[in-house]
Amino acid sequence: MTPGTAPDPAVLAHAGHGTTAAAWGPDAVAAALLAAALVAGYVLAARQHGRRVLRPWPGHRTGAWVTGCALVAVALSPVLAVVPGDASRHMVQHLLVGMLAPLALVLAAPVTLLLRVATPGVRRVVGGVLAARPVHVLSHPVTAAVLHVGGVAVLYLTPLYALTTRSTAAHVAVHVHVLAAGYLFAWALAGPDPAPRRPGTATRLVVLVVAGGAHAALAKLLYAHADRLPPGAVHPPGDVEVAAQWMYYGGDVAEVLLAVAVLAAWYRAGARRAGGTARRVTASSVPATAAARSPGAPATG
Amino acid sequence: MTPDLTAPAARRRSAAAAGLVGAGVMAAVDEIVFHQVLAWHHFYDRGTPDLALLSDGLLHAAELLALVAGFFLLGDLRRRGALVVRAAWAGVLLGAGGFQLFDAVVDHKLLRVHQIRYGVDLLPYDLAWTASAVVLLLAGAAVWASARRAAPEGGGPSGSRASGGTTGGGTPGRDA
Repeated sequence: MTPGTAPDPAVLAHAGHGTTAAAWGPDAVAAALLAAALVAGYVLAARQHGRRVLRPWPGHRTGAWVTGCALVAVALSPVLAVVPGDASRHMVQHLLVGMLAPLALVLAAPVTLLLRVATPGVRRVVGGVLAARPVHVLSHPVTAAVLHVGGVAVLYLTPLYALTTRSTAAHVAVHVHVLAAGYLFAWALAGPDPAPRRPGTATRLVVLVVAGGAHAALAKLLYAHADRLPPGAVHPPGDVEVAAQWMYYGGDVAEVLLAVAVLAAWYRAGARRAGGTARRVTASSVPATAAARSPGAPATG
Repeated sequence: MTPDLTAPAARRRSAAAAGLVGAGVMAAVDEIVFHQVLAWHHFYDRGTPDLALLSDGLLHAAELLALVAGFFLLGDLRRRGALVVRAAWAGVLLGAGGFQLFDAVVDHKLLRVHQIRYGVDLLPYDLAWTASAVVLLLAGAAVWASARRAAPEGGGPSGSRASGGTTGGGTPGRDA
């Protein structure tokens, strides 16, 4: 099916998913407008940063933000109709919204940008939120992994998936959860925005492997039981088998990208540590890492 | 980060970092050649127990991380002038052979996650798989021995290094 052609009845039967793939429905338009607004806000803040901090906000961060917003908009637009099969299309949508877009958005360091350009009042509020205990619990990599991969498990192993094909509200809620949990997971693991009490690199890599392993196992479970998963048998088994392979290999791509993000931060911190040791002899006695870890200190651009 | 590495430590770390890369590359070869190109392995084996699915998934996720982390660790050693290239090659071979042996014994025979090929007599395939692992491990051991011999007495990591930095004491000037 191509964009613009009349949606066939079989697709319409899967209401929530069918409409996103068939034409510019209200949800696709809303997502595109929201993405455009987020890009505009970020670009304005980046220009403000250039004026106020007298140092340009790095272009690659802006590029990451635009990429992330564009991925969300594309994932929810009729462009995705190029992917054949309802289950597969839905899976690709989730890979874009829940894995690739969040990583791009996180790498744009929006909180750091906000802290740099906001008024002191806003800054205090953000600092207060980051220091709150519930945020500590929520932003721990293990919590984030449970919300991220656990959400996927609940979606495909319970009747929730069948519900999203009938109810637009459930469908939108699942998309919002997938995006938010994906963002939380990428932020907790890779930064670069400050996170309260972020555990060390080794812990975060272990969480990444366990989450990646659980995701891969879920994909194979979905493949193995394609005749009865997701419960409610809304898609033909052949379609679900293809979707499960999208999930498996798409998860691989996401894991490698996240691993690169985590380890690149570790590598850069190594250079800072080496430089910090040299400086400490002559001047400062504050370890560079302690300053970089505290919630209030914005990450370097 | 330890600023100064002794020669044996630099050798060991070079081999360990490269070993991760070797294991990751072997896993990727397995995935690409045997799963995708030849389609000998199946994406999912109907005989796989559900528990094996999780261990298989964890192993797969760890392989991907090993590949990425191995390259970053090698880059870090090189930056510190502590990369011993010959020891790293030994590590690649040992990692690849180690993975192959693990795949042959644990995945294929103990966990029975999947078999090498379906509808054929498995014995020659299993033997070839294990033999290739042993060859890789022996080659790795030989290169490792030569990396140790190549090291001068009491000196730092030896001549076969990519970065021209000095040894033992780490990169000069960085931790003065």
